Amino acid sequence: MPSTFTPKVVTANDLLEGDVVWLTADDRWSRDMREAELIDDEAHADIRLLEAQSQRSVVVGAYLADARPGATGPEPVHFREMFRTRGPSNYAHGKQTGI
Amino acid sequence: MYAYNDFDEAFVRERVAQFRGQVERRMDGSLSEDEFRPLRLMNGLYLQLHAYMLRVAVPYGTINPTQMRQLAHISETFDKGYGHFTTRQNIQFNWPKLRDVPDILEALADVEMHAIQTSGNTIRNVTADHFAGAAADEIEDPRPYAELIRQWSTDHPEFQFLPRKFKIAITGSPNDRAVTKAHDIGLRMVRSADGLPGFEVIVGGGLGRTPMVGKVIRGFLPTGDLLPYIEAIVSVWNLLGRRDNKYKARIKITVHEHGIDEIQRLVEERFAEIRPSYSGVDQDLLAEIKQHFASPVLAERSVDAFEAARRADPSFRSWSDTNLAAHRVDGFAIVTISLKKPGATPGDATAAQMRTMAKIAETFGYGELRISHEQNVILPHVHKADLPAVYEALREADLATANVGLIGDIIACPGMDYCALATARSIPVAQEIAERFEALKLDHEIGPLKIKISGCINACGHHHVGHIGILGLDRAGVENYQITLGGDGTEDMVIGDKTGPGFAYDEITGAIERIVLAYLGERLSPEETFIETYRRVGIAPFKAALYEQGETANAA
Repeated sequence: MPSTFTPKVVTANDLLEGDVVWLTADDRWSRDMREAELIDDEAHADIRLLEAQSQRSVVVGAYLADARPGATGPEPVHFREMFRTRGPSNYAHGKQTGI
Repeated sequence: MYAYNDFDEAFVRERVAQFRGQVERRMDGSLSEDEFRPLRLMNGLYLQLHAYMLRVAVPYGTINPTQMRQLAHISETFDKGYGHFTTRQNIQFNWPKLRDVPDILEALADVEMHAIQTSGNTIRNVTADHFAGAAADEIEDPRPYAELIRQWSTDHPEFQFLPRKFKIAITGSPNDRAVTKAHDIGLRMVRSADGLPGFEVIVGGGLGRTPMVGKVIRGFLPTGDLLPYIEAIVSVWNLLGRRDNKYKARIKITVHEHGIDEIQRLVEERFAEIRPSYSGVDQDLLAEIKQHFASPVLAERSVDAFEAARRADPSFRSWSDTNLAAHRVDGFAIVTISLKKPGATPGDATAAQMRTMAKIAETFGYGELRISHEQNVILPHVHKADLPAVYEALREADLATANVGLIGDIIACPGMDYCALATARSIPVAQEIAERFEALKLDHEIGPLKIKISGCINACGHHHVGHIGILGLDRAGVENYQITLGGDGTEDMVIGDKTGPGFAYDEITGAIERIVLAYLGERLSPEETFIETYRRVGIAPFKAALYEQGETANAA
């Protein structure tokens, strides 16, 4: 039995800075997951991933991550993806700077 | 310590120039990530969870004050003002930008440092006893041999595409502080029946998903045969080792699959073949290297000032009780600077702290510093009369934590706060445990206890050999921590026993507390250490403390 497709976002690391980025619906790479395009169609997800992977001098290691709709935009499902939205827990470094 | 000759200097500079070109080609798109990845890994550059990470080699954990200051400078110029000392005696920078990495490597080359072979399927940085050259129980300083292996293995044409990474650890003391039995090759110095120094050669040890205690392949190897014998081992494995499955590629699996007797036969056969090709150049080189490691002249002085400070200052006394080790010369001590202040990240040092340690080493420590696999910094030669001043300088830099070997001296890998491979966090677990026992004021009462935490099955945090080991896993999308007890990383290495089901992130500190309280209840006297009690009573009382109380609590 085919499993049901759960919503996804396309995420990667920025080539130059290394920090976490998400693909937006208008083809930008945002540092804020809430701006990401939430994809609920499997075929569309595959195409968006291919498009992301072709941007080889912009991002590294693009993949599809589970996400769900939140009040202000897509939110992570897995704790690893949650850490990627905010940075390490021992210092206010990475994305936590300025939060 | 070793100083680069013209060849070393030119080699390292050439690698920096090559990598600069590779980074430029990556940035302009002419190299894809698949093409660039092996090139960056050859130079210690990883892409982690939130940023790139540069792993810089600290060969056999030896570093001088000029180098330490340069690391401080790099951390401020190109990173976030700190560095992370690792369980392989290296230092990692967690936030470099890709375009800056060639400049960082250039700055490292300026002080005879590099990031070569800190990654990839090569022979990695050789690790050594962090008390090398100073320990009271040492037969011979192992670092000249480690340096010889470093020179031989760097860019060795036969060993650049091994089945998997390959790690060698060496100790010059019969008491193993370098965890030699958990390495692909472990070298433990021993004396022959007629008193000559040589090595007990251990092969096939390792932690990770299939932990194995290394096996002795040669009980006594004359020091002069070291390189051809190691070459024979790596060469046999290079052909036999499995390239079809990365989880079965390490030499521990090869030894397990073929048996130590067969591996030994093949190695001895290969050794007999290549030994004659060693003309003695290696021994000339070794003799030259040994001159670099000559001991400083350690002048005899009165230790009255030390004794007086111990009587006068309880905090100094407490620190000197825990953070000093026996030196081979009377009147001297080996100082361990704890990078484990409760609540701090194990192994992290700020730029200011690095500069303080450099200055203390220059002023009081004959210019010598070491990094330990337990993520602390060592001053190997300090006269006891200088210890009060050293302590004062450390205190001002927030480096005088008196907990070496105690429950707060936890080793922890970066875990899911940084590492792309991690399945759970390690650092906050270490922080919380250390803070809990700090609040309970129980650390001295508990005595010697090694807690080691890994954030995934690869075991960078050496959890298998912790007296209490903690392994962070992802169980159905939730962080879960599995506990092992009774591990031991010494020459009598033991892999810890699993207690049973794991604990959630917010339960793990309480679980550790129950284990420790159970120990305090079981021990025969305050002199019986945790590991001794565990060996005497076994796992049962600890399981009861972990799970039966837990069930009662759940039922309530």
